[in-house]
Amino acid sequence: MAGDVNAEQDRARRFRDAALPYLDDAYALARYLMRNSADAEDAVQECYLRALRHFDSYRGPAMKPWLLAILRNVCNAEFARRGKQEIAPGSPDDAATAEEVPMWQEPQTSPEAVLLREQDGATIRRLIAELPPAFREAIVLREVNDLSYQEIAAVSGVPVGTVMSRLARARAMLRSAWNAAARPATQTATGTRS
Amino acid sequence: MECRGTAGDTNGDGNEVMNVAMNCAECEILLHALLDNELDAGHARDVEAHVATCAACAEKLKAFRTMREVMAAADLKPAAPASLRSRIEAALPAPSAQIIAPRRFFQPSRRTFFGGFAVGSALSAAVAASLVLTVFRNDQNQQVADEVVSAHIRSLQAGHLIDVETSDQHTVKPWFNGRVDVAPPVIDLTAQGFTLLGGRLDYIDGEPVASVVYQRRKHVINLFVAQRLGAQHAGAISETIQGYNVRQWSEAGLDFWAVSDLAGDELDEFVQKVSAAVRPSGPS
Repeated sequence: MAGDVNAEQDRARRFRDAALPYLDDAYALARYLMRNSADAEDAVQECYLRALRHFDSYRGPAMKPWLLAILRNVCNAEFARRGKQEIAPGSPDDAATAEEVPMWQEPQTSPEAVLLREQDGATIRRLIAELPPAFREAIVLREVNDLSYQEIAAVSGVPVGTVMSRLARARAMLRSAWNAAARPATQTATGTRS
Repeated sequence: MECRGTAGDTNGDGNEVMNVAMNCAECEILLHALLDNELDAGHARDVEAHVATCAACAEKLKAFRTMREVMAAADLKPAAPASLRSRIEAALPAPSAQIIAPRRFFQPSRRTFFGGFAVGSALSAAVAASLVLTVFRNDQNQQVADEVVSAHIRSLQAGHLIDVETSDQHTVKPWFNGRVDVAPPVIDLTAQGFTLLGGRLDYIDGEPVASVVYQRRKHVINLFVAQRLGAQHAGAISETIQGYNVRQWSEAGLDFWAVSDLAGDELDEFVQKVSAAVRPSGPS
């Protein structure tokens, strides 16, 4: 019936207007979560098809976190299908992983600010990609997707307090790895002097 | 490089514990919120106060701030490949050029369903409209019925019942001119026991509707009149919603909704009187 066809087209048009502006955001998150471009593209495409199917139930508030939450579920489902749970909300290894990197760093012998500024985008992307999943997800949602703590909490399905502690851990780990990458092997930032 | 707290606050593991509002462990978490502009003014002051007296936390804040600056300047957000965009575009139902007129009927808001009744011709002009109305007829009538009862209940609140207060039908009828796009029949039914109280401009789903207000004993009757209030329908509606009796019928190109807490048979009588009065003088 003509009305159904028009309704479907109109729905698709509204979905297109609302969701396609966040394609880059979705792809960026998928790249960091899946860690390769082919898997990321598949995840994003599946995310958009799923989002269209559930578009009728979308009540806001914001399209970007809604879309990224679907994407995160798609990525999780893919990891589950492959038999390894890459990202789990409140995964028990949060604490264990975090313990490996002390929040307190040894005093620096050379100006850290200088070293931090030596990294290029490719290195930083690699360092982020090497973070454990839960922390990687938090830092990407914050630094790349520019979500608020509330929105990150909604996407990851954890309380805001957990978002805050994950971000603190993520940045501490990143700082440590960042310094290590900036220095020659003879002078690592942490862990070698005991 | 040491936190400078007051005496006796060493906790034994080498880290100084601050004897001020915030300790290093709290600051460790909150300085990120400060960087991310997620702190309220009070906590932001606390963090800044702590950082001002704690060299270790100050160093961290500086390092994380530098990291943020470098990350903001670096290209960390890979753009979606054009091929991916094309794939997704292709997977979505194709847009059509001829959806402009019917589109208004399919938006989620109910308002668009009725957006046309005040300017009825726009509605009927759309080719697909009749198809759409066939599909939504019952649902739409139910929605209007609920709206009409809500309007009736609203009107019973103090000071809301009538905008033009008169028992003179020749005062009420002209009052509606320019306020609604129909000339609602205003009938003197005093002899039949229904007193004309006046008229009111009401809104059903955001559209102006004429309401002619009658009374029998203590029971108020709202008679809503519009060119198209609810879908066209085969037969009249008679039902009870939230304890109010509702009657709906169409005559002389107008849709009528009568709502009251009057007993059903008395409201039927009212409907018969109005209907009989409208029929012979009905224009168009």
